[in-house]
Amino acid sequence: MMGTDEHYPRNGTLKSHCDQKQQENNSLKNGYHKNEKVQKNGMGNGFHQPRVRGEDSFEEAPMYVAVLTYMGYGIVILFGYFRDLLRAIGLEKCHQAQEREEQKDFVPLYQDFENFYTRNLYMRVRDNWNRPICSLPGPVFDLMERVSDDNNWTFRLTGRTIENVINMGSYNYLGFAENNVDFLKTVAEVTRQYGVGVCSTRQELGNFSIHEKLERHVAEFLGMESAMAFGMGFATNSMNIPALVGKGCLILSDELNHTSLILGARLSGATIRVFKHNNMQSLEKLLKEAICSGQPRTHRSWKKILIMVEGIYSMEGSLVRLPEIIALKKKYKAYLYLDEAHSIGAVGPTGRGVTEHFGVDPNEVDVLMGTFTKSFGAAGGYIAGKKELVDYLRAHSHSAMYATAMSPPVVEQIIRAIKCIMGVDGTTEGQRRVRQLAENTRYLRSRLKDMGFIVYGNQDSPVVPLLLYLPGKVGAFSRAMLKRKIGVVVVGFPATPITEARARFCVSAAHTKEMLDKVLQSLDELGDYIRVKFSRHRLSHRPELDGETDFELDS
Amino acid sequence: MEMKKMRENLGWLYYQYLLITGIYVLEPWEQSVFNTVLFTTVAMVIYTSYVFVPVHVRLALEFFSELVREQPESTVALMN
Repeated sequence: MMGTDEHYPRNGTLKSHCDQKQQENNSLKNGYHKNEKVQKNGMGNGFHQPRVRGEDSFEEAPMYVAVLTYMGYGIVILFGYFRDLLRAIGLEKCHQAQEREEQKDFVPLYQDFENFYTRNLYMRVRDNWNRPICSLPGPVFDLMERVSDDNNWTFRLTGRTIENVINMGSYNYLGFAENNVDFLKTVAEVTRQYGVGVCSTRQELGNFSIHEKLERHVAEFLGMESAMAFGMGFATNSMNIPALVGKGCLILSDELNHTSLILGARLSGATIRVFKHNNMQSLEKLLKEAICSGQPRTHRSWKKILIMVEGIYSMEGSLVRLPEIIALKKKYKAYLYLDEAHSIGAVGPTGRGVTEHFGVDPNEVDVLMGTFTKSFGAAGGYIAGKKELVDYLRAHSHSAMYATAMSPPVVEQIIRAIKCIMGVDGTTEGQRRVRQLAENTRYLRSRLKDMGFIVYGNQDSPVVPLLLYLPGKVGAFSRAMLKRKIGVVVVGFPATPITEARARFCVSAAHTKEMLDKVLQSLDELGDYIRVKFSRHRLSHRPELDGETDFELDS
Repeated sequence: MEMKKMRENLGWLYYQYLLITGIYVLEPWEQSVFNTVLFTTVAMVIYTSYVFVPVHVRLALEFFSELVREQPESTVALMN
């Protein structure tokens, strides 16, 4: 049961609440929203460690790695120009789209760097992305084998499947992407009752009772007054920010924010200023400047200042500095928009997200946004906040007015996932998964660090980017891991800075220790074979800690 | 057995070369083109250094040793 895990560091107020009431009832009431208790961040009841955030690590690689990366890109770009020349002369057939003869005198369509990059760099290693999956994306999955005869321009499926590939790329943090019949009984029930299609928008005839039920559950889960759910996570950001801010407002957004936030900010028409990633001095400087100078020409004060940050940044794995941002927000009277797409369900002792992780009252965040795609195994997003805010969004959001409401089976999946995590369904399965995820994260990150890889991000974040840097190694890494039956996601240039290509692992609660050990062993061998262990902080080689006990004296 | 290990080692070194220069992503004929060009350039560099470096080094040494030797006799050289 939840109360018996003394050693698990949690926010002190939760524990004291457990002492008073039954453990099962704890989830029905959110004990840590008594305002006076929550501010005692870190001053636990004496037997809990203070909630130390842990530093994000962004270790830099040695200089020769940057030099070799640029050299590698330079050589491949040279060959790109060479091949373009061959295609222009006509010695080689152009497989990609080309302009027709009549269009050749007009402005060229395919000459910009993006098309050049796609033709000459991306196509060569394209077989590492868009691999067709033919099972559910659980901890292991099946891939369809495909080969290419003409160097990745076209693929054909051989008909064989690669089975039981360990899945290190799906956003399946709590393992809710499952097809266990017992767990999905309620989902089947709801499908029988409501059907699958909604056939209307929320404002017209699409407001089902199950939607209202979902929103009540989400609000209770987060500890906020009210919440509203939307059908698509990306659309939640891009369609609701324009409803909240407009011209004459200022948006201060982090450097590494997701495209949906940037799109929403641009659509709104507000002025956007960017501060350096997780850098509180940069943010404070911008805030001071905004308040002192006001709007650009008229120097009137800004109507609203909105700080947009994410809970966990998906490419870096770093956590937001929430307590500092809340202090700044209060000092300068700004509003905070927190996008918990990756962190809801994945951090925090009971899976409530970064607000719980830092021991901060969620009501201090003005707009709490999140998605159901990652930890809940469904689709869609939500916005939670004060009742007035959410009621305003219900009437004025583009997504509510024009987008179809969520499909009932998906809604039921989210409801059952929330009930599972809160423990309302009578089992401890949810809490077990949250704890398992934290344990898996800690284990994987510490072992990767010990092996000597450069891993970015905070030690508590389940998103683990492993840096590869060189363009040649990116393709080689992904293919070699597939040969060893492990599926990874590698990310290269447009999504990351050009020198920092990486492989991104997403730890899941459904991964067992054996799977993680297999992955770690493969990474160890592959890291030595390909030479991607760039870290200079590597500890000396130690014997296997969890595994066979070799009492050999040479280690 | 040692031949096999050596060949494996060489294979691994070639693989590293492919990865580091980024040639790994190119098609085989492009790899051959690059290897040919690189090999030719390196061969020319080696040949040039073989032919010219001893001569240059000898001349440089002579120049510097003359400087050192000439110091006490510099007044003599001027008057000549």
